[in-house]
Amino acid sequence: MKFLRDLHDRVAPLFEEGGKLEKLYPLWEAHDTAMFTPGEVTKTASHVRDGIDLKRMMITVVVALVPCILFAIYNTGYQAQYAIDHGAVPLDDWRMWLYQLLGLGFDATNPFYCIIHGALYYLPILIAVFAVGALVEVGGAIIRGHEVNEGFLVTGMLLPLTLPPTIPLWQVGLGMAFGLIFAKEVFGGTGMNFLNPALTARIFLFFAYPAYMSGDAAWIAADFQAVDGFSGATWLAQAAVTPGALDHASWSKAFYGWIPGSMGETSALCCLLGLAVLLITRVAAWQTIVGLVCGTVALANLLNWAGSASNPMFAVPFYWHMVLGGWAFGAVFMATDPVSSAFTTIGKFWYGLGIGALAVLIRVVNPAYPEGMMLAILFMNMFAPLIDHFVVQGNINRRLARDAA
Amino acid sequence: MLEHYLSLATKSIFVENMALAFFLGMCSFLACSKKVETALGLGLAVIFVLTVTTPLNQLLNDNVLAPGSLAWAGLPNVDLSFLTFLTLIGTIAASVQIVEMILDRYVPQLYNALGVFLPLIAVNCAILGASLFMVERDYTLGEATVFGLGSGIGWALAIVALAAIRERLKYSNVPEPLRGLGVAFILVGLMSLGFMAFSGIQL
Repeated sequence: MKFLRDLHDRVAPLFEEGGKLEKLYPLWEAHDTAMFTPGEVTKTASHVRDGIDLKRMMITVVVALVPCILFAIYNTGYQAQYAIDHGAVPLDDWRMWLYQLLGLGFDATNPFYCIIHGALYYLPILIAVFAVGALVEVGGAIIRGHEVNEGFLVTGMLLPLTLPPTIPLWQVGLGMAFGLIFAKEVFGGTGMNFLNPALTARIFLFFAYPAYMSGDAAWIAADFQAVDGFSGATWLAQAAVTPGALDHASWSKAFYGWIPGSMGETSALCCLLGLAVLLITRVAAWQTIVGLVCGTVALANLLNWAGSASNPMFAVPFYWHMVLGGWAFGAVFMATDPVSSAFTTIGKFWYGLGIGALAVLIRVVNPAYPEGMMLAILFMNMFAPLIDHFVVQGNINRRLARDAA
Repeated sequence: MLEHYLSLATKSIFVENMALAFFLGMCSFLACSKKVETALGLGLAVIFVLTVTTPLNQLLNDNVLAPGSLAWAGLPNVDLSFLTFLTLIGTIAASVQIVEMILDRYVPQLYNALGVFLPLIAVNCAILGASLFMVERDYTLGEATVFGLGSGIGWALAIVALAAIRERLKYSNVPEPLRGLGVAFILVGLMSLGFMAFSGIQL
């Protein structure tokens, strides 16, 4: 430890003002504060004595994501292996070339095969995200003179989990660059944005390259075109076209997450574990979650009651909405983002309520998009400042009325 | 019938939002969205003008301007549709004048805050756009009223949301060259990305 500290201190003058590598100061600072607690203290009011800072907060989110990441790797492999067991052929790409070079076979019941298969699809996407992310973040830090911070670590962890396994890597990089630059850097970096960068990246890719981000073929990393009666569509997409598709489906299977979908979103259980971490450490606000659940339950029940002869989605009950698609993942990791959600306590509830209701509404009434969660969150990100404005204005008016009396 | 009007209203507020789907009325949309109060005032003025002018223009179009519409006056072969633009703008300018006089008399603070953009509502493309859509789509009087009201609400919603975001961005550190209008353009782009959630809804 002492040695490391000395090393940091010895090279410090190089990076400080007037030093040779002055321009690279953000890099030194990032490394230094990642290794040691910063020695700086707040010099003006108000003083809060707390060990938590932005870095520790972001790391908490990464820790909460771990179950989802592990499950994403396993399930990506499992879905592909399962399809191959039923007659699909492995995709013709370098990953499968590598897989077969390792001499591994195909068997969905073999966890080892599943993990290797999944990792071969998950890890390249993760690496592409971080390669581009680091470039943008460090570049931004050097040009704009702010600190490199763990915000992009969270964005980089979130984005691959929201993508299908078969997405081309150049699209991944492009999406990440768009999200970081246009949803974050143009506003001055972490904490100053109003949209969630990972979500913006995902939605950019969704609208820019719909062929790779929706449909039936994207979700399973195997080629099953020739297999009769095998559908690679997500359960949500199936429920939207086939009446009663969910009647005989297993809810617990969807809860545990053994279904096709974006890599990290399928398991509601893993998201719940993440939620527990975020709520205990109070990184996520429980008001948002409560609002979300209320909104979804209320609107799903309303639509169940209204009914529709031609649209089978009307009949989907709320407990299905919560385990299918990106509901759980979006609710836990995207909606609770403290920067892009409403700031006020009451505002957080309304913000969550809006997302919950809107997500169900888009899923049910918009035939163009079977999944509505990410669009709902982005939409409410836009209106969060307005909600805050009205909450604050309401407080001011109430106090004025009270003092006048 | 009610269902039809409801879906027309939803369509004009969200699916075909004047500001974020058609990018109409951009000048005042960008210029008057720095404060929520001002934006709300302008939004209400636009709602009012749209709700008045669209049905008014519908009446004019149906009874005077459209080919063959002068049959009631015994002139079935007269086609005055070359006067459409002129007449629509005339109605709009007159209604804006009325709004301006009312605001000047009763809400002078708002009148001063809106400044030149209040008379400019007369040439706000969202307003003429609504009337032209009405002509193109052959709306009835009822439909035109609902469409005008919905378009106005949608435009007002968009400008108020943009104003709230721009108020929050006061605490951001936007790069020097992008301050002001530059970042506002990026904001509007991102917002219309959000409004694409509704594109594709069939009503």
